[in-house]
Amino acid sequence: MAAVQDTVEQVRSIDVDQYKYGFETLIESEKAPKGLSEEVIRYISAKKEEPEWMLQWRLDAYARWLTMQEPEWARVDYPTIDYQDLYYYSQPKQFKAPKSLDEVDPEILKTYAKLGIPLREQEILAGVEIPEGERPRIAVDAVFDSVSVATTFKEELKAAGVIFMPISEALREHPDLVKQYLGSVVPPTDNYFATLNQAVFSDGSFVYIPPGVRCPMELSTYFRINEKNTGQFERTLIIADKGSYVSYLEGCTAPMRDENQLHAAVVELVVLDDAEIKYSTVQNWYPGDAEGKGGIYNFVTKRGDCRGKNSKISWTQVETGSAITWKYPSCVLRGEGSSGEFYSIAISNGRQQVDSGTKMIHLGKNTTSRIISKGISAGRSNNTYRGLVSAHRKAAGARNFTNCDSLLIGDNCGAHTVPYIEAKNPTAQFEHEATTSKISEDMLFYCMQRGLTQEDAVALVVNGFVRDVLQQLPMEFAVEAQKLISISLEGSVG
Amino acid sequence: MRQRHGVDARHKAGHDGFQNDAGLGPAALTFPPGPAVAHQRTPHMLEIKNLHARIGDNEILKGLDLTIPAGEVHAIMGPNGSGKSTLSYVLSGKPDYEVTEGTATFNGQDILALAPEERAAAGVFLAFQYPIEIPGVANMQFLRAAMNAQKKARGEEEISTPDFLKLVRAKAPDLGITQDMLRRGVNVGFSGGEKKRNEILQMALLEPKLCILDETDSGLDIDALKVVAQGVNALRAPDRAMLVITHYQRLLDHIVPDVVHVMHKGRIVRSGGAELALELEESGYAAYGQDAA
Repeated sequence: MAAVQDTVEQVRSIDVDQYKYGFETLIESEKAPKGLSEEVIRYISAKKEEPEWMLQWRLDAYARWLTMQEPEWARVDYPTIDYQDLYYYSQPKQFKAPKSLDEVDPEILKTYAKLGIPLREQEILAGVEIPEGERPRIAVDAVFDSVSVATTFKEELKAAGVIFMPISEALREHPDLVKQYLGSVVPPTDNYFATLNQAVFSDGSFVYIPPGVRCPMELSTYFRINEKNTGQFERTLIIADKGSYVSYLEGCTAPMRDENQLHAAVVELVVLDDAEIKYSTVQNWYPGDAEGKGGIYNFVTKRGDCRGKNSKISWTQVETGSAITWKYPSCVLRGEGSSGEFYSIAISNGRQQVDSGTKMIHLGKNTTSRIISKGISAGRSNNTYRGLVSAHRKAAGARNFTNCDSLLIGDNCGAHTVPYIEAKNPTAQFEHEATTSKISEDMLFYCMQRGLTQEDAVALVVNGFVRDVLQQLPMEFAVEAQKLISISLEGSVG
Repeated sequence: MRQRHGVDARHKAGHDGFQNDAGLGPAALTFPPGPAVAHQRTPHMLEIKNLHARIGDNEILKGLDLTIPAGEVHAIMGPNGSGKSTLSYVLSGKPDYEVTEGTATFNGQDILALAPEERAAAGVFLAFQYPIEIPGVANMQFLRAAMNAQKKARGEEEISTPDFLKLVRAKAPDLGITQDMLRRGVNVGFSGGEKKRNEILQMALLEPKLCILDETDSGLDIDALKVVAQGVNALRAPDRAMLVITHYQRLLDHIVPDVVHVMHKGRIVRSGGAELALELEESGYAAYGQDAA
């Protein structure tokens, strides 16, 4: 109830232009030469002081990428991307990997403070004293353009045996772990954007949870694209060893710019026996203006491998930003009795285009999966759910439940559902439910007759629509997501 | 989309067509006092003069006059298509209904100039003939959001969670509203009777000044009808007016009106006491050119 009130408050306080993360941090940066070439890749690898095998891995991917075609099957439409007109690496000038928070550029700290991301562990942002114990205990890795600028709670995590650090650092400190798992879920040949990422990825987070450890706090990475004409290509790798558990959160924002920017990330999850990863995303990249000018192209490959018996992966995503979203967080259910979940809220407004969904690939016996997808289209946007549920020959007793609901606001938007179902084992049971509805005038009038303003009424109805998914998010995120949803839909009616 | 109706509606000097029965305006009628009639006539709470309204090109209200003093319960009866529901929508501000002529004041204020939520905050409540389902929004949450929205609009303090729970616990059982119905989505999976009872619960919590009940009896069996009627009767008060729209006399056995109006082709064509409803039950609407069915 209180959360609804918050939403209502939030909606009221919004100005006409609602993207509040659209500011730019003025900071000098050092970039790789424009364009993509072997030299640029060598430059990135050298900057990161990477081992030789890593460089070779990148160069192989690049060679591969040159032979590949950009995929065209998604229901999205955009002008051809000139890959030679982008910067592939940008870091704040005079950047040295900070040893402590005191070494982080104050301008960058200010940026995160403005975004509401607590990087300071001891000091309190915005001058509000929060008593010990009430402070949200979330460890943050902050990625600014191509580099990780700060990671918090390092010591405490280390004591628990948890490794949480920028992937570039992990390559130096834990090369064997990285080498063992990197690319094992999303192979170099996977798809155009993943292969590009492999060639040029700059930074991202690395997480390893040792056997039997329940990670003592939420881990989170906060991605910020600041620099112009710069792509962000982060790579995240999370390994949950036997019997461990981790909840990981990811947030994204970018300044408002007239030109489109490319974000092509890869996330790999590996879950061993009886372990679980809960991965939550609140994606709020700049969506472009109402006419579709500017905004982020979000072409992301996310995949988890339930490698062990009874392992579990749960993806939850709230997608409100980006001009184009192309993203299918998936689960490979390899281990016997493993399970995958996908909870998604995808909102499109203005001229945004969303083509998102999931793949649940049942390979092992008695594997289960659950898909709850809520798409909301407003303005002149297009929102597509695209999902695959497949059962391999050996996946006896595989079960899936899919529920896919679309909500339309206004008359100029589109909602599309493209489910693929393949069952090669006769004992597989797949259920698919789908609905498409419209926020009707009658619904709004009913609310308004009871005293709610139109904005409140829309927020209420939409929050009801997405409730099943919001409940999956960790608490702090759920409140933020709820606000974000209302903001994203501001001005969508009337 | 938010529609504000014209404020400059013109008064017409007189109006043609049907006169009220015996040439008396409703205000001039004197009846034996009903159960909740105030001892002294307060100023008219609702005053509608020569109201014309249409939806698209279809004019439905064609010069309607109606006056309801505070403390009274007025019933509007009439054949299908006479414009009863339209009147309730026009008074509550449903979009798509356009007022082309006439005025409607509520406690002296031009309500046609207000947005629907402003009318609600001013105290206009419509119990819907077909209450709307809102999936995923718990009934309790909706009730509280509505209550606080109105309080806020009136500059009052919002109700605290414990006070709100207390209030709901005090009012829900009389209407047979269970905890389960309060937890479920608004009207989702409710039977016809449950939906109507839920409307009355909202009315009881929001404590409006003008209650418009649009065919609240439709789809109710006799037991449900009694529960609803009791709920409505409990809300009769000297500072509250009610407009009960119904097709059948049966509801009026349980909610005894002070005045009964007959509506036909977008106008009030006859007004009388509670006995008028009985008379109509006998003769049907045939006298008005239509069958009662």
